Amino acid sequence: MSFIEAKNLVHEYFRRDENDNVVDILTAVDNVDMNVEAGQFISILGHNGSGKSTLAKHLNVLLTPSSGTLFVDGKDASDEKNTLDIRQTAGMVFQNPDNQIIASVVEEDVAFGPENIGVPTDEIWQRVEKSLKAVGMWDYREHSPNKLSGGQKQRVAIAGVMAMEPKCIVLDEPTAMLDPDGRKEVLDAVHELNKKKGVTIILITHYMEEVVGSDYVFVMDRGHVVMQGTPREIFSDVETLKEHRLDVPQITELAYELKKSGVDLPDGILTRQELLEALRYLDEN
Amino acid sequence: MALELKDITYKYSAGTAYEITALDHINVTFPDGEFIGIIGHTGSGKSTLVQHLNGLIKATSGEIIYNGQNIYDKDYSMKELRTQVGMVFQYPEHQLFETTVYDDVAFGPKNQGLDDKDVALRTYEAMEAVGFPQELCDVSPFELSGGQKRRVAIAGVMAMKPAVLILDEPTAGLDPMGRDEILNMLKETHERTGNTVILVSHSMEDVANYADRIIVIDKGQIKYNDTPKNVFKHYKDLEKMGLAAPQVTYFMNDLKNAGMPVSTDATTVQEARDEILKLMGR
Ligand SMILES: Nc1ncnc2c1ncn2[C@@H]1O[C@H](COP(=O)(O)OP(=O)(O)OP(=O)(O)O)[C@@H](O)[C@H]1O
Ligand SMILES: Nc1ncnc2c1ncn2[C@@H]1O[C@H](COP(=O)(O)OP(=O)(O)O)[C@@H](O)[C@H]1O
Ligand SMILES: [Mg+2]
Ligand SMILES: [Mg+2]
Repeated sequence: MSFIEAKNLVHEYFRRDENDNVVDILTAVDNVDMNVEAGQFISILGHNGSGKSTLAKHLNVLLTPSSGTLFVDGKDASDEKNTLDIRQTAGMVFQNPDNQIIASVVEEDVAFGPENIGVPTDEIWQRVEKSLKAVGMWDYREHSPNKLSGGQKQRVAIAGVMAMEPKCIVLDEPTAMLDPDGRKEVLDAVHELNKKKGVTIILITHYMEEVVGSDYVFVMDRGHVVMQGTPREIFSDVETLKEHRLDVPQITELAYELKKSGVDLPDGILTRQELLEALRYLDEN
Repeated sequence: MALELKDITYKYSAGTAYEITALDHINVTFPDGEFIGIIGHTGSGKSTLVQHLNGLIKATSGEIIYNGQNIYDKDYSMKELRTQVGMVFQYPEHQLFETTVYDDVAFGPKNQGLDDKDVALRTYEAMEAVGFPQELCDVSPFELSGGQKRRVAIAGVMAMKPAVLILDEPTAGLDPMGRDEILNMLKETHERTGNTVILVSHSMEDVANYADRIIVIDKGQIKYNDTPKNVFKHYKDLEKMGLAAPQVTYFMNDLKNAGMPVSTDATTVQEARDEILKLMGR
């Protein structure tokens, strides 16, 4: 069995009037099958309202399936007995750095989660140290979170999740509010956790550049998974991506435009290095 | 006419141990009818600056002149200023408070004293402009996805048709097509009506594609105020400020460093494409 396994997963939101009568049902996640292996770095793309956040909230049991099944690390998310276990397995990081930080000192903020679940004090501080070091924020442990930049706050939020020692971290647009530096800091930290600690990563983003380093990508459209594959496979199909209201990294777009103007380039160029080599090759031949 | 900032300094918690100088002697003019991008790393003072422009924050020292009048004059109407200088806040969820999307978007034009018919016209027009589906107009703003909330917040300000439209990171959280649609809509409205647009953005690509002029803020001071080409030439200096250039600008530099005779000043995909095609003799 895969680490995350969704089968025919459906989530319906019910809209009610003042008298609590259901006036409308919205199927936000519609018959989704999704398998993720332990240790993978996964990205989820999709237009606004396509169901990404709704799906993500299932992985942390903030929502439960209306129908279909979801297993996280072998545990059935529809069975209430598993809720706490699954929340321990899969931590969540959200978009707005300011809504996620509670304490007035960085290290206390990171300690908050493990404290809450009754981890012994010695171990808490070990975990705090490990987590803050893992995201490169150890030097800031005694700082006040208000004084940190957005990227630094997000890394503290990630450390807070890390301190719970989850096997998986789900990040819902963690870089949407950050400047270029902050985006890079957060993305580097997440890749590091994935490589060095083997943490499974699920990254939701609207920045196509951030997807390039993933193992596998899912594309959602109106509640369905409509494309899946490696970043190169996904970004080779510029036209289909655009139909789903998405885009490609700027370098891929440039290669695509050059190709349309008759330059003989391969599909799915992802990086500056790749485009440079392809153009040099043409230049030399 | 124009919006002019004269020697503006702003200190949060002035006079206390926590005093922070967020703006440090800013001098800048926003002439009518320009499309201006503002970039700067987190905490550089962008939001503080734009909140001065519609009087939400009052400068610790300095003057703001709008159409020849000092907005800090005793008899100046801030209410009037806010109908002309509209602002979409950085966190749109803080801007939504009515029970339905319709009421939220209609709030501004209603406040401007328009009659019901004109309010409805403005409201539907604005929802259409931002690509918000009309069938969701009776829904509570709190049931919307992140990107949908942002569209509603933008529609609410567009519906007032302000002469100066300020948007503080309006495309964060929008899907790529939504981002292009909103920016194209802003550009199109700008070209049609001649309004002033001030776009605060973390996307170097977006400001390069849409702004006539870019203002770079660093530690509360203006570091550059120039065309996208002239600003992104200094990408090494921008990196020191936590910023960057568009990916294609880096790529043109890669080509040059690899010994190819190209000009490196492209800031958009189209410019880069044309320069490379020229290099290849097409
Ligand atoms: N609490 C809620 N109650 C009712 N409907 C909701 C609720 N939250 C989301 N929805 C609806 O479910 C659909 C999917 O929303 P979701 O938040 O999962 O989208 P998303 O893919 O994360 O979008 P975005 O990119 O804008 O964040 C949308 O149509 C939205 O309006
Ligand atoms: N409400 C506030 N109280 C105290 N300091 C603030 C407040 N808002 C912003 N600041 C500080 O002012 C400076 C500029 O912040 P801001 O204008 O929000 O920057 P930006 O929008 O460029 O990220 C930062 O040092 C920030 O910490
Ligand atoms: Mg979402
Ligand atoms: Mg800001």
